[in-house]
Amino acid sequence: MPELVTRVTVEELPAASGDPITVLRFSGDITSASQPAVMGTYEGLPETAKRILLDFSQVEYLNSSGIALVIQMMIAASKKGQTIHTFGLSPHFKKVFTMVGITKYTTLHPDEATACAAFG
Amino acid sequence: MPLSDKPNRRKGDKFPSSIELRLPSRLGYEKVAMNTAASVARLMGFSEERVDDLKTAVAEACINAMEHGNKLDESLSVGVVLSMDANSLEVKVTDTGDGPKSKTGAPDIDKKMLGEEEARGMGMFLIQALVDEAEWVSSPPAGSYARMVIHLSNPPV
Repeated sequence: MPELVTRVTVEELPAASGDPITVLRFSGDITSASQPAVMGTYEGLPETAKRILLDFSQVEYLNSSGIALVIQMMIAASKKGQTIHTFGLSPHFKKVFTMVGITKYTTLHPDEATACAAFG
Repeated sequence: MPLSDKPNRRKGDKFPSSIELRLPSRLGYEKVAMNTAASVARLMGFSEERVDDLKTAVAEACINAMEHGNKLDESLSVGVVLSMDANSLEVKVTDTGDGPKSKTGAPDIDKKMLGEEEARGMGMFLIQALVDEAEWVSSPPAGSYARMVIHLSNPPV
């Protein structure tokens, strides 16, 4: 007990056109203890990564400290001119992300295919 | 004890009862309270959407109690009392602190993005937004508590 380790895997997907898509696939818990996993992984991405896709479909538990990490990542992405799309959130966390305003800076998609297509 | 001595009880209640937990002030243990509250809410007939709302609210209240109330001192407990009646579920989360200094408003994502507001600090906002009633009561030196209530929209007849 009590917190599950945060795992983040990075994958690069070819896009229909333009730059490839860098996917960050999260699993386990995303909490205040996830800073090294979340921000460490994000900061380790190559400078060439311009299209970021966040996959929350395997996340077991997410709290407000975890959401704050997502916001930190978006702040950093905004400074680097990166575009972020998101998928895999439960209906509850879609509601929560909307409540806190994250949807001004990323679009929440129902699935990976829709999210990838949104990069154009 | 007379029925009227319990503020959460109402005339016509069929199964007034309560469950109490004591958690160490260690992050992660809020999940014990969260999952207990979810089990109780499901047993009472709340929808999964409401159960999810309550889970997040209870987890955030416990995290605040551990971090801000008890300063993560593991020798101090966070108390959780779930009180049920026919129409509603009340969750009280107690700690030894002085309670929040003020209510936090809705997060301003633009200010967060500009670095003018901390990325963290959304717990109280989420609690208020996700439950039907929320209040924070400070009663030093005894401690403080957060109180949350969700109501059944279609209570059993």
